[in-house]
Parts: sequence; structure tokens; C-alpha cells
Amino acid sequence: MLLALLALALIALVLAAPLIVGAIKRRRSGRPARHRSAQDELEALSLYDPGRERRAEQRARELLRSCVNEEEWSMYRDLGFIRVAGKHARRESDKTGAPAYAYLVYPHKPIVAYVPASGQLLSEYCVEFPDLAGTGGRHRLPASDDVLAKWMALTSDEDRVIRRANLHLVGRQHDPARVRRDLWRLAEWERRRGPRPEIHQKSR
Amino acid sequence: MKPGHGELLLAEGDPRVQEDEERLVEEFRRQLDEGMWAAVPVTNPGSGRREAQLIREYADIPLEAERVIFFPRASGG
Repeated sequence: MLLALLALALIALVLAAPLIVGAIKRRRSGRPARHRSAQDELEALSLYDPGRERRAEQRARELLRSCVNEEEWSMYRDLGFIRVAGKHARRESDKTGAPAYAYLVYPHKPIVAYVPASGQLLSEYCVEFPDLAGTGGRHRLPASDDVLAKWMALTSDEDRVIRRANLHLVGRQHDPARVRRDLWRLAEWERRRGPRPEIHQKSR
Repeated sequence: MKPGHGELLLAEGDPRVQEDEERLVEEFRRQLDEGMWAAVPVTNPGSGRREAQLIREYADIPLEAERVIFFPRASGG
């Protein structure tokens, strides 16, 4: 019982800490709370906005939707990842038919390369888009912006992004069983949508 | 795209208007100087698929492009 009360008191103290710190600052600056200016109110509000990330993600989804085609957008909306076809051919016959390999682009996870014809997982490419402004902290892009950045990097200059990525065998960050299940989900999703001529996915 | 914020509007204007274009060029260079990559989503005339076109110079921006998206350059994670 005493332990529970102590825990509750600790939680209350943590929750009240910002208010207490604010009150101390106001007392030190000699300004009572009721005389705070609108600017002070805005500054206080900008300290933490619980809706900011949600709104940023909503904007990111709209941006992604406006950039990719309808199939890719539906894929991301329904499955949570986008498939991007690889541009290089492994054999002469690859140049005319379906791509020899493709990528699965996940938000905030490595890009996975695989062989669409067999479902074989090739490798995972760990890539991120760090804050270049150096504002401190460990910020990252909203999930849909991360997917869009990977999509743009892969479709515009596949070699450059692959060169910059850290290459690992699948299994370092992705669970191979989960990726295989995603490929199965993708195959089922495509089967329901009707035949797609660009990439043939083997059901496993 | 800015980590921690998402999409931000940097500049807008009509590139056919000289004053606007100068502002757009200045912002374009500033973003590239900061190390951002610039791309324009386009439709590949051959395959019909959507893809991004990397833009290295302001002059490379397709005339029909409605926007240029700047995003942090990729690095190994």
C-alpha cells in the first residue's frame, strides 16, 4: 500500500514538474501568471504539441500519395510498404521481361531486395535521412516521408542510394519470416486486384 | 522534408516572373548547399510508371514541374 502511494506521488510529481518549473521561472522574473503575454502563451504551447507529429504524418501521406502512382499508394495504404522495381538486368532476357529484382520499401526500416520470380530474399540496405541542419536531438522524418525519400532516391538514382546504404543479409533488422509473409501478402493483394504485368510475384 | 517536422513550404512563385525566379533559384541553391537532394516526381514516358528525377541544377527542373521536393541525402543507417 505504502509502495503504491509512493509510486503515485512520484508520478504526480513528474506530471507537475513542468508547472512547478514554470511557476519558479515566473517568480524569478517577477511576473505573475495572470500577466503573461500572448507570446509567452505561444512559447509555452510550442514546447510540446502532441498533434504535431500526427499532422506531419498526415501531410506526409498526402505528399506521398501525390508523388507515386495509384498502385503504389494503395500498396502502402493496405500493406504498409511499397515495392520498387530494380533497374539493372542480370541477364539479357531480363531487359525485356519483368525486373530481375525488386525492393520493398518500409518506413524507418531497411530496404529489402528480393527476386520477384522466386521470392528469394537478397539483402537489406540500411539507409536513413538524417537532419542536416544540425539542430540537435535525434529527429527523423515522418514515416510516409521516409518512404517517399527512399522511393525518390531509388527511382531517381538507384546506384547512388545503394552505394550509400549499409548492406546486410536479411535478418539483421528485418525478420526474414515477416518479410516472406509480406511477400505472400503482396501476392494475395495483387491477386485480388487483378493481374499486374510489370512484376510477377511468386506465391509462397 | 525536414526531420522532426515533415513537409515545409520553402518558396513558391511563378518561374516565368523574373523576381519569383530569382527567389526560387536562391532557395534552390541554398538547399543544395545545405546538402539536400532535390527531386521532381515525373511519369516515365517509356514505361508509364511514376518515378523521381534527381535535379542537380535549377535549369534541370522540367518546365511542367509543379514543385521540387528537397529531402536529406541518404546515408548508411
